[in-house]
Amino acid sequence: MDEKAKKKTLRPDRVPVGERSPLERVEDFREVPLGYTLDQAKDEADRCLNCKKRPCKRGCPVGIDCGGFVDRVSKGDIRGAVKLVKEKNLLPAITGRVCPQADQCEGPCLVGKKGASIGIGNLERFVSDWERKHGEVLPDKAPPTGMSVGIVGSGPSGLTVAADLIQLGYGVTIYEALHEPGGVLIYGIPEFRLPKAIVSEQIDGLRRLGVEIKLNQIIGKTLTVDEMLEMHDAVFIGVGAGAPIFMDIPGENLIGVYSANEYLTRSNLMRAYSFPEWDTPMFLGKRIAVIGGGNVAMDSARTALRLGADEVVLIYRRSLEEMPSRDEEIRHAEEEGLRFELLKSPTRIIGNGSGRVTSIELISMELGEPDASGRRRPIPVAGSEQIVEVDTVIMAIGQQPNPMIAATTPGLKTDKQGYIVVDKETMATTKEGVYAGGDIAGFGASVIRAMGDGRKAALAIQDYLVSKNTPDRESAS
Amino acid sequence: MPEIAEKEVLTPQIVRLKVIAPDIAKKRRPGQFVILRVDKRGERIPLTIVDSDPREGTVTIVFQVVGKTTHMLSQLERGDKILDFAGPLGKPTEIEQFGTVVVVGGGIGTAVAFPIAKGMKEAGNRVIAIVGARSKDLLVLEHEIAAVSDEIVVTTDDGSYKRPGLVTEPLKEYLDRGEVDQVVAIGPVPMMRAVSELTKSYGVKTLVSLNPIMVDGTGMCGACRVAVGGKTRFACVDGPEFDGHEVDFEDLTMRLTAYREHEKQSYNQYLEYHKDK
Ligand SMILES: Cc1cc2nc3c(=O)[nH]c(=O)nc-3n(C[C@H](O)[C@H](O)[C@H](O)COP(=O)(O)OP(=O)(O)OC[C@H]3O[C@@H](n4cnc5c(N)ncnc54)[C@H](O)[C@@H]3O)c2cc1C
Ligand SMILES: Cc1cc2nc3c(=O)[nH]c(=O)nc-3n(C[C@H](O)[C@H](O)[C@H](O)COP(=O)(O)OP(=O)(O)OC[C@H]3O[C@@H](n4cnc5c(N)ncnc54)[C@H](O)[C@@H]3O)c2cc1C
Ligand code: SF4
Ligand code: SF4
Ligand code: FES
Repeated sequence: MDEKAKKKTLRPDRVPVGERSPLERVEDFREVPLGYTLDQAKDEADRCLNCKKRPCKRGCPVGIDCGGFVDRVSKGDIRGAVKLVKEKNLLPAITGRVCPQADQCEGPCLVGKKGASIGIGNLERFVSDWERKHGEVLPDKAPPTGMSVGIVGSGPSGLTVAADLIQLGYGVTIYEALHEPGGVLIYGIPEFRLPKAIVSEQIDGLRRLGVEIKLNQIIGKTLTVDEMLEMHDAVFIGVGAGAPIFMDIPGENLIGVYSANEYLTRSNLMRAYSFPEWDTPMFLGKRIAVIGGGNVAMDSARTALRLGADEVVLIYRRSLEEMPSRDEEIRHAEEEGLRFELLKSPTRIIGNGSGRVTSIELISMELGEPDASGRRRPIPVAGSEQIVEVDTVIMAIGQQPNPMIAATTPGLKTDKQGYIVVDKETMATTKEGVYAGGDIAGFGASVIRAMGDGRKAALAIQDYLVSKNTPDRESAS
Repeated sequence: MPEIAEKEVLTPQIVRLKVIAPDIAKKRRPGQFVILRVDKRGERIPLTIVDSDPREGTVTIVFQVVGKTTHMLSQLERGDKILDFAGPLGKPTEIEQFGTVVVVGGGIGTAVAFPIAKGMKEAGNRVIAIVGARSKDLLVLEHEIAAVSDEIVVTTDDGSYKRPGLVTEPLKEYLDRGEVDQVVAIGPVPMMRAVSELTKSYGVKTLVSLNPIMVDGTGMCGACRVAVGGKTRFACVDGPEFDGHEVDFEDLTMRLTAYREHEKQSYNQYLEYHKDK
């Protein structure tokens, strides 16, 4: 064991984060956790053993020196902490809120072996919120290189590539299909978990650094990747995997059946929760079934509760242990009154004469042998069908790649499911000068993974552009 | 933000706008549409690109005022800007030399049908246009579509102009004469359904352009899903045109009613608020 770690006495319990009460918060879309005060943050940071080996750092997909910044917090050097975090991650206000920390940085934390791991996510959130209040720590910018990079999509992967390359002196233009930048951070993850003002502020920060963002540009339609290559020296594709999956069961086209994407887009991007002040409508059900068990399902369910549903049931085909959502989300949802129907799966949706949903038929499942994902495979129990009355059904069983870019970009290879094939180290695609990352590259969908991909791609793009231009310069002289 | 270069009020309810959008004008092909937003808090709505001029960098849209967004759009004047304007979306019409193509347009659907008639003509087809409207003052683009067609028949339901009756009647006469190789029908759902049922019995391939409710228009939400040939398709990326003999019109009609109450509420509130202005 680490030398230093032995000296400090271990405090096994976390300094709790204030949270708004479930009864109050379920009435609106404001954020649930209140965040640490400076004293609370210092107190929590003081539990850190400042281990030399830094297992926490290895758990973070972008390699933030967690112990290092936590140590600075404990000493009251918040600006220094911000600097250290931002060396690796320019959008900490976002990751501090949405990372699955229990499986990442906090997972291997040494203190976690004896008690509760250090609240790295909460502290990351604290330092970035502190920065927003006390003035931004702007990174240094390299002199301009005269070259530019075009980025498709303004989700976390695209934003990270933009942030990194602008600092390295490249011109950066982001092309975004929708009318607001941010990707899933804006249209998917709801306000009560990630306030839009924070996402906008982080994006405005990039604009201040010189990143240009062009909205309403659908690459593959308005412009092709090949045309982007004529205007830029390299292209990064970070379009996410945004196409919704339906179950292919009878009744899925009834009125009141939504994909989670549509439900969340209407609510978040189009602010349907403020209808009719905002124009986009949404069918506000009273009894709602959400199908799925990930973050998307949990966000849909908690949105439904806030939109005034009397009852929301989450239907998941495995058990609570297998549920992929963040632990905090499951706890918050339970507190807010979400009912779980575990080990059940829908077989059909039933409607009335005017085509509106009236109920859903479920079948019970039992868990069999583990499947390829290592989780036990759910098997339907014959004859266990049951009908549950609902007026809205939200399908949150997953997303797949949208073929628009691949179909219009010759030379860009995709795999059988439509994910863009990339080199794992450089994120280079099969097309010269074109890189891809985030959900469209298909290794595990999380905000920080997407940012990690973006970072790798930015470095590789820099290498590519430097080497591409070196021989030119020699032959010119 | 794209600027309005020209505005023309075609009928009290129908407006034509020419919008400066060079990237879209360059790419656009018949059958494609844009998604636009007029207001910061506004809805995204799809409108067909009726014509484009890549040289001057403009696209033309023609729309009927049916609710809040189209009303607000109709209030804009030359020189005003449209907040968001994205496209060209959807698959272009499959235009080939089929022989004789009958293009049937109903109401505002004639505006959507016009670029297809033009494209079919340019591809060397004999184009017969059948355009219908409930009454004379709802008829649009008659002269434009006549200019790109070899023959044109105009009908009004109430007999206020030219041939009284529905578009299916002249269509049946052409079909009976066995001259028709392909039909394209665009208009209200009941019209497209009636045309498709008619042509099916003659075995003449019929394209229809569907108008389900859309949100993003890029294949991300599934709001625009329609049942075609027993499969779920997304009209914004797989369409908006589909084989009329395969479309489940019942399903489409039902899904279009989803927000009727909301739409009324939103429009009435808007009209109420602007009454005194
Ligand atoms: C509801 C929900 C909740 C989630 N919760 C969490 C969480 O708590 N923690 C976590 O770590 N992860 C979470 N995730 C996953 C995470 O958000 C994604 O993994 C991450 O956003 C992927 O980033 P990305 O950069 O690949 O693209 P995205 O965020 O998907 O953004 C892609 C962008 O590209 C744009 N685009 C697409 N096609 C085109 C085109 N042709 N031309 C131009 N632009 C285009 C899109 O409009 C979009 O803005 C959640 C996802 C969802 C949907
Ligand atoms: C691919 C496509 C092309 C179209 N082209 C044209 C065109 O060239 N000219 C034209 O006048 N109309 C066209 N439409 C229909 C047009 O989009 C609707 O009239 C418009 O959205 C109405 O908006 P609103 O706010 O004024 O009315 P609302 O009060 O919102 O709705 C009135 C009617 O429009 C339909 N509608 C509402 N919102 C949408 C939406 N987001 N998407 C689709 N339909 C909706 C509703 O079913 C309702 O019947 C097209 C529709 C589609 C899908
Ligand atoms: S980015 Fe995520 S995983 Fe990395 S330290 Fe921050 S919260 Fe932990
Ligand atoms: S956060 Fe945990 S693992 Fe990292 S240095 Fe502190 S105690 Fe050690
Ligand atoms: S409009 Fe969203 S998928 Fe077609």
